[in-house]
Formats: sequence, C-alpha cells, structure tokens
Amino acid sequence: MKANCWYGKQDVRVVGVPDPRIINRKDAIIKVTATAICGSDLHLYNGFVPTMEKGDILGHEFMGEVVEIGPDVKKLRVGDRVVVAFPISCGQCFFCKRELYSLCENTNPNAWMAEKMFGHSPAGIFGYSHLTGGFAGGQAEYVRVPFADVGTVKIENGLTDEQVLFLSDIFPTGYMAAENCDIAPGDTVAIWGCGPVGQFAIRSAFLLGAERVIAIDRLPERLRMAQEGGAETINYEVEDVYDLLMQMTGGRGPDSCIDAVGLEAHMHGPLFYYDRLKQAMMLESDRPIALREAILACRNGGTVSVPGVYGGLIDKMPMGAVMNKALTIKTGQTHAQKYLRPLLEKIQSGAIDPSFVITHRLKLSDAPHGFATFNRKEEHCIKIVMTP
Amino acid sequence: MIGAPTARPQLVRAMGVREIASGVAILGGLVAPGTAVWSRVLGDAVDLASLGAAMASPRSDRGRLLAAGAAVAGATILDVLCARQYSPGAERRKGPLPVTVSLVIDRSPEELYRHWHDFANLPTFMTYLEYVKVLDDRRSHWVAKGPAGSHIEWDAEITEDRPSEYIAWRTVGDSDVEHSGSVRFAPAAGSRGTLVTVELRYRPIGGSVGAAIASLFGKEPSQTIKMDLRRFKQVMETGEVITTEGQPAGRAQSTSWRYDSAVRT
Repeated sequence: MKANCWYGKQDVRVVGVPDPRIINRKDAIIKVTATAICGSDLHLYNGFVPTMEKGDILGHEFMGEVVEIGPDVKKLRVGDRVVVAFPISCGQCFFCKRELYSLCENTNPNAWMAEKMFGHSPAGIFGYSHLTGGFAGGQAEYVRVPFADVGTVKIENGLTDEQVLFLSDIFPTGYMAAENCDIAPGDTVAIWGCGPVGQFAIRSAFLLGAERVIAIDRLPERLRMAQEGGAETINYEVEDVYDLLMQMTGGRGPDSCIDAVGLEAHMHGPLFYYDRLKQAMMLESDRPIALREAILACRNGGTVSVPGVYGGLIDKMPMGAVMNKALTIKTGQTHAQKYLRPLLEKIQSGAIDPSFVITHRLKLSDAPHGFATFNRKEEHCIKIVMTP
Repeated sequence: MIGAPTARPQLVRAMGVREIASGVAILGGLVAPGTAVWSRVLGDAVDLASLGAAMASPRSDRGRLLAAGAAVAGATILDVLCARQYSPGAERRKGPLPVTVSLVIDRSPEELYRHWHDFANLPTFMTYLEYVKVLDDRRSHWVAKGPAGSHIEWDAEITEDRPSEYIAWRTVGDSDVEHSGSVRFAPAAGSRGTLVTVELRYRPIGGSVGAAIASLFGKEPSQTIKMDLRRFKQVMETGEVITTEGQPAGRAQSTSWRYDSAVRT
C-alpha cells in the first residue's frame, strides 16, 4: 500500500509499504477513506520531535471502513464505517476507567522512554514518534487500529467523511479545551491561536454557554474564520493583546483563556534519556508567548486551558502570576474517546458542521506538497484533508 | 610558608576552625558521613580559591603557592572520591543490586499470584525467556535467549511460597547467572488493585558472571524488570502485551530497532 512516511526534516514521501495485519487480538484493520494533516504533525515535519526514525508512517487523524477484525473484537464488524480516536487506549486501566483515555497505562510499548522525560508515560498515539510507542499512522491506505472497540465510533446515518473526520482529534481537542474552562453563563473566553483547534474551541465555547469569545491570531483568513464562528478578534501584529483585552473586558480580564498555540516552533528534549538513545538534543530556550500572555491576561481566579502541545521545558514561566492570581491551569492530550459519541450527536443534530474548517482537499500522493503548504501557511491554508 | 604575601592570623585561624569542624563532623556521626566529607570538599574549594587569589599579588612566592596548590588539589580529589563513596547511590554505583521495582495492577492479589506462580506463564511478559518447564511444585527449568541466538539455561527452586502474597525463588547449583528473586502481592491503597513488588539479587557484575547476567537483564536491570512488570500488567488487565512488531513502515525493518532494543543491549 501507499503511505506517507517521515524521512527527515521537511522530508516526507509517499512510498510503497507492506499492508498492515492483525498483530494483537483486539486489533482491526481500517481501509482509510479520509485522513488529515494536524498542526502537531508540523513539529514532526520540522524535525523538532525526538525519537523519529526514517520510514515512520505519519498521521493520527483518519477514518474509513473496517476490512478485518482480530479474534477479540466484539463491537465492530467488517464493513462498518468508523472514525478512529488518535490516542490508543485499552479501556481497562485506572485511567481509561475514569475516561482519561490519553493517559492509558497499557498502550505505550516505549513507556520507559516517556517515563524518563515526563515522570510517567501517557498513552500510545498513532504516528507520533517512538516516544508515544512508534505506532504506524493513518496517512496511508490501510491502518491497524489496536483496541479497536475502544478507539472507534461507528458512523451510521448519511454524514459525509468531511463532516465526521475531525472527531478523530481536532474537534474533541477544541471542545475539551473549552470544557476545561468551566464556562459559566456570562463568561468571556479569550483564545490564542485561530488554527483548526482554535476554531473548534471558539465554536465549542459558544456551545458551552460563553457570552463572548475573543480570538487572537495574525493571519487574516484565520481571523475571518474566527469571526464567522461568532468571535471578536485581535490581530496581535497590530494591537497589544493585553491592553486591548483589558479595554474589552473593563479591566477585569477574560474569565478564562485558551492557549491553542502550544510549542509551535520549538520542542524541547530534556536530557533524561537512556544513554543508548542519546541524540544530541539541543535545549532550546523556547518562548511560550501565548501561554505567558494568557496567564497575565486572565482575570484573577480564572482558568488557563492549554490544549496546545508542549513537550519539554520552558523558560520564564510567570509562576508568580499564577499563584498570586489564584489561577487554575487545566491541560492534557485530548481524551478523544470520551467525546466521540457526544460530539457525533451534536453533528447529527445540526448544532455544528465541522467541515467548515477545511480549505484544501488533496490526494494522499500529494502529501509532501500539502505539508509544505500547511507549514508555510500558503494559499490561506487552514486545514488539509487527503483521500488515498 | 605557603608563599602567600601577608600572614593574616584571623584568616588562618578561621580556616583552622573550619578544618577541625569538618573533622568532628566526619568522625562524630552527628551529620551524615557523605555530607561531612562533602564539607571538606567545600573547604578545599575555598583553599584553592584563596591560593588563586594570592597568586595575583606580586609579593607572593609563586613557587611555594603552586606547590601548596598542588597539595590541596590532591587532597580535593581524595575528598571527592571519599564523599561519593558515602553519598546516596554509592550502592548502585558499586554494582546494580539488589533491584526492586513496584507497579500497581488493577487485579486481585489472588489472580496475580496464580498467574505468576505458574512459571510457564512468565515468558509471556519476560521477553528474554524462551520457556520455563515446571518440574514439580518447587523446581523448574528455565531457558532464556542468549546473545547471537544462543541459549542460557538454569534450574531454579521456590524457597518461599505464601499463596496470594509472596513467592521467592533462586537458581540452583553452579550457574553463570546465579540469582534469586521474589515477588510480593499486596492490596493497593484505595481498593485500586494490587501493589506488585519484584526484587532481584545477583552477584556483582564482573567477568563471565557479569556478561551472562548482563545479556539476560540488560545494562540497566531495574529498567528491564520494570518493563517486565508493565507487560505483566498488560497481560492481566487487557489480556495481551501490546506490540508494534510486524507493522508496516517505509524501511527494511518494521519496528524501531533502536528503541525496542535500547534497554537490552
């Protein structure tokens, strides 16, 4: 089959690879009908995520048709149309039982590696380096899905691929980010980053009862899309974000702030690695401008919600502001499985049509071009969907 | 005498007091020996700094200063080595034993004890084992994967067996991989399953004994044992050990040789 594989910094290629097969008893094989490029894929693309190996298949946002099931798969049948959640979760451990699926204890074969970096390992993830298990990803014609009963949701009534594909990652991510804000009636939510996650966070914030959403970015097409979602916008290249937020909120600050930017350009690798793996990792001093701004702008006693991906260490974290303002910080990789069904219902009821975020439609074989376009934010690119 | 330009009686007396205080701390036992010896290292650093400062003065005798500096540097090295011997981790640096690893598993002590006690099950989560043949209720024969496709074999016997609580075993007879181990099952706090603690003991690494043990448990045995426990947890909680071996990739080998084997080699 064809798959989009990583070969180095800004080097992805669609090559012929063997078809996947059932390896564990709860696996299913999915024939991919739609797959997307995530903003976090760009960290892999730009060489900032350690433990990538040449030939790793990328992609963690995908859906398709079940073509084969393992002996212990109970809920799926061959022919079912499913969307797959990006974390791989067993459904049986301490964390899965509490719906904290991205923290599953049993799905990272390389848990020892993540433990050295983070203290404990989170769940395995599709196509996102060997730190998260090295699982083959979904920018391919076929994918092997471990714990398929836990990680999938069936699509049964007439919705198109474009309407449901984003249940795999970015819609739950934006939604969980907004949910983590504990939005109360009358609240103002400020959101840094108008990429796809930010766009879903905007709409989710309104769904969860926010009265005002203020979205911050610099690209005109992204600000426009944010406005179409009901947000007031700030262009941080033109305005001072803190000053304007103070004006707009009467000096009190937004009730909650979402950092949907994350590490963006830099990724840290702490030096806690096992000697054998010591890749020369440079401890870059990243500047989490969005996180810092969010902490300073947030009103006293408010919540800073961080769906933006961070991997290592940051400098100059305003911990004094966090403490003295009694802020709550809520964060985490999305527990996507928890949101699959509730958000599918919202799509079915017409409350939201996630396909609004798509700007580019490509064939899988154009993936290298898609990555380059997305990375450089050319052609007003916001979200790319690919079909094999 | 050491070549410093002026004698400063107060300074010399202060240094003397410092040395005596260090000595009392080391010998007196009021402070942890490691800390006391590190205080000597601190004193050595101050001495070296003072000598360095004295070098800057045109009135000092350089030759004598250098000699004094060399003597202090020598003492510093000895002090550092001694301090490390007493510091936490010294046991580990001498040789990685005993190894103790714990993990909490969401199953009852009875279930976990039962699965572990049938040693024929061990290869499902101890991946360096080829198979274990249980001979009777105390003795078993173990076959492990050695380097370059070879096999390492040994006999073992259970030395203590408390159902649902504790199993201890050790290798029998003369063996290159002589070791003993135990596993303890205790109810975890908050009814959250069982706390499983594995302890492994073997003679220090060195010579042929070391090579055989190292090929079994890798360069960092606590890491290997922890991975074993993680796999045991997966088997007991989900029925299987999750793996990516055999998955597709755009390279000759399907999985990552670098990370999968990193702990063993």
